[in-house]
Amino acid sequence: MAELTNLTLKAIRDGVAGGDFTAREVAQGFNAQIAAADKLNAFITPTPDHALAAADAVDAKRAAGEELGALAGVPIGMKDLFATNGVQTSAASHMLEGFTPHYESTVSQKLWDAGAGMLGKLNLDQFAMGSSNETSHFGNVVNPWKSAGSNEALAPGGSSGGSSAAVAARLCPAATGTDTGGSIRQPAAFTGIAGIKPTYGRCSRWGIVAFASSLDQAGSMARTVEDCAIMLGAMAGFDPKDSTSIDAPVPDWAGALSGDLTGKKVGIPKEYRVDGMDAEIDASWEEGKAWLRDAGAKIVDISLPHTKYALPAYYIVAPAEASSNLARYDGVRYGLRDLPEGSGLQDMYAATRAAGFGDEVKRRILIGTYVLSAGYYDAYYTQAMKVRTLIQRDFDAAFAQCDVILAPTTPTAAFALGDKADDPLAMYLNDVFAVPASMAGLPAMSVPARLNSAGLPLGLQIIGKAMDEQGVLNAGLALEERANYVAVPKRWW
Amino acid sequence: MSVTREDVAKIASLARIKMDESDLDTLVPEFNAILGFVEQLGEVDTADVEPMTAVIPQALRLRDDVVDADPLTGGGKRDDVLANAPVAEHGFFAVPKVIE
Repeated sequence: MAELTNLTLKAIRDGVAGGDFTAREVAQGFNAQIAAADKLNAFITPTPDHALAAADAVDAKRAAGEELGALAGVPIGMKDLFATNGVQTSAASHMLEGFTPHYESTVSQKLWDAGAGMLGKLNLDQFAMGSSNETSHFGNVVNPWKSAGSNEALAPGGSSGGSSAAVAARLCPAATGTDTGGSIRQPAAFTGIAGIKPTYGRCSRWGIVAFASSLDQAGSMARTVEDCAIMLGAMAGFDPKDSTSIDAPVPDWAGALSGDLTGKKVGIPKEYRVDGMDAEIDASWEEGKAWLRDAGAKIVDISLPHTKYALPAYYIVAPAEASSNLARYDGVRYGLRDLPEGSGLQDMYAATRAAGFGDEVKRRILIGTYVLSAGYYDAYYTQAMKVRTLIQRDFDAAFAQCDVILAPTTPTAAFALGDKADDPLAMYLNDVFAVPASMAGLPAMSVPARLNSAGLPLGLQIIGKAMDEQGVLNAGLALEERANYVAVPKRWW
Repeated sequence: MSVTREDVAKIASLARIKMDESDLDTLVPEFNAILGFVEQLGEVDTADVEPMTAVIPQALRLRDDVVDADPLTGGGKRDDVLANAPVAEHGFFAVPKVIE
């Protein structure tokens, strides 16, 4: 069944609907791929039975002549940050190891309602904090790509590293991701797939393990722009259970998809051309400009003056919110409890949190606690939120001159596992191009552009106006149509 | 601004995370490197800038002030809520004794 697992989400859905193959055959094909891919460590909890049950339900509906959903017969991977009823939801942490929700996240429920099935819960950086998938309690995910002539294990990006590796390795046709400061786009770029983070509030956060609530946003990851559009359409929509959910209709993004950019203006932010930039990243960016010009767009130079402050502001805002959100892990209500012999409540809290959180999570909680503490709040947190206002104003001014922005997704191609693990700041800098859009709540996507001279994928990023996912997807499609990106990682796992 | 070993120990205690001496050895320099990085925000003139409160402007929704006004967000889920508790007794979360 190897050929079914090479199909796109859309081809699977249409093939099932047309009777070319059954949903069960598709699910079986992917279940077999996952069972043979332990070396990638992409999944924390495979759920082959969930995929088969969903497939059987779709096959039965089709046999009965009933209407099929937008994702009928498509088995997907679910980042293990989404609560799934009856299936362990760990956030890749020891703290939530064994946590089995009695409820379903809104986004995952919408996907099941659209006819999708779940192949398993995907590995990630612990509590979505990381850019290399090295902070997971369940071990590193390994990028299916290798540098030419090297056997070194590369990072799949993070935090949605299980999602990116699984989609790139054809273990699933599509997967959910979440993006707080680049956690969909950076792993997509590192593995040669597409991924979109919609406008903040498009997808409900209800049932997603919280990291930084003013930034967290779910999105779709797949191999084509169209697949991302179809899947995002099923995930998005107003949810009364999330107070920041946007109460607006979800457009038919996939139906309106068009790579014709005639009359559109594409902004090139001069501040994204950083000192010492990788020459191949720069060349790929130039190539992207030519592709969009070819699609009918006009290229205009823009300025986003506060770009360099987005990352430092992010590393105040995100840890501050994390320190507050993660206060809930106290050994009382759910998750781990560590109660040293003869100790009281306060000791239990401290021991539980010491044992349950990994180093990066502790680091961020402490930074967050510090910047929110008395005497430092205004200097750090308030100043960061003011800078955030300025970053948003920069984008507002830029979008008076252009419709979308084109930039690289990452400053480099995938790096080796272990390369940056001992230097938190070097790791943070990997998200320098991704974070500004997150800070402004804007839709943004990464599209595979080319392979570099080492044979590793590079991504290009499109950033759009708030609520204009269509503009982002259309520009993404224009890139995809010209990139002719067909590279597949050579199987070694 | 840089933090001392005592500062980090104090913050860890506020955050209720037990730290031993070797944890502090690695954390203090990392903490100072991160603070050094974020301190460049001090360069930005924000004299007349309001701090962001909502990234996408929205009015907070209110529901009727009655029990279970919206069944989607309503209560009556005690057993589900307690199902993942490390220790639950008599329909409550159980914790170590806090009063002697």
